[in-house]
Amino acid sequence: METKKKKPRYDFILILILAVAGLGILAFAFLTGGGGASVEVSVDGRIIAVYPLSDNREEVINTPEGKNRLEIKDGRVRVTDADCPDKLCVNQGWISMKGQSVICLPHKLTVKITGEEAPESKGADIVVK
Amino acid sequence: MKDNKGKNNIRQKQYIRSVTSHGMLVAMAIVLSWLEAQIPAFFAVPGMKLGITNIVVVTALYKMSSPSAMGINILRIILVSFMFGGPSAMIYSLSGGMLSTLIMILLKKIRHFSITAVSIAGGVFHNIGQVAAAAVILNTDGIFWYLSVLWFTGMVTGTLIGILSSQLVKRLPDSLFSLRSGGTK
Repeated sequence: METKKKKPRYDFILILILAVAGLGILAFAFLTGGGGASVEVSVDGRIIAVYPLSDNREEVINTPEGKNRLEIKDGRVRVTDADCPDKLCVNQGWISMKGQSVICLPHKLTVKITGEEAPESKGADIVVK
Repeated sequence: MKDNKGKNNIRQKQYIRSVTSHGMLVAMAIVLSWLEAQIPAFFAVPGMKLGITNIVVVTALYKMSSPSAMGINILRIILVSFMFGGPSAMIYSLSGGMLSTLIMILLKKIRHFSITAVSIAGGVFHNIGQVAAAAVILNTDGIFWYLSVLWFTGMVTGTLIGILSSQLVKRLPDSLFSLRSGGTK
């Protein structure tokens, strides 16, 4: 049974829909993004620390599963080192826009940029300038 | 009487053939999962994968049946998670794998899409499923960045996997999978 019969192919439409939807999501991410003001660090969904993005600093985050080293510099943040097996969080590089995040799945750690100025101290290691 | 016995015999053969080919594909999928895990994470985005196991799923979908494809994928995810991953990896993989297989089954039923197009949608929806699970588990709202990046990487890897699998589907003899004993159709 050869399937050589001429059937109309709508591949193009499907791919177009997918591409447009993808661009839509990207646009949405951009629009809801914008400049961030602080870095929110959470482990397993609980916020453990908030740092202002304007501070240049390095922090070591201890999670039950391991350590991640954060670097905040020039309004951007990245994970510089981690003892997780895959180092995916390190590979994600710098983030600076509101809503962006670096996620370390093995440690259940998320580093997220929020638009709010560093609010009331939620972590023990907030440093007052 | 004799006739009946013959029929039973054939049915039994079909059954054995079906079990064997399913088992073979599950084994193949597990090997590919392992292989994929060996590829160093050179991608900047976590969760971005080539999805080479999807070759097996797509092949099963077109050469066997929809339930076979779904069953093989679920079985493979559970086994692989027990062997190399963990419970959290299993949740991500299951939600991604089941969603993408479901979408591929539906798109195949529409009949107007090529294997490659079906695989592209599968790639995208695999990532959607994973990001959705991550959004629930990690409770983070930076998820749209993640999703938009993975959306396009899913399309790219889906294309590659789709081209590969459509060649496989074209070239592998039906008799390898056919539940009818022997005989290519």
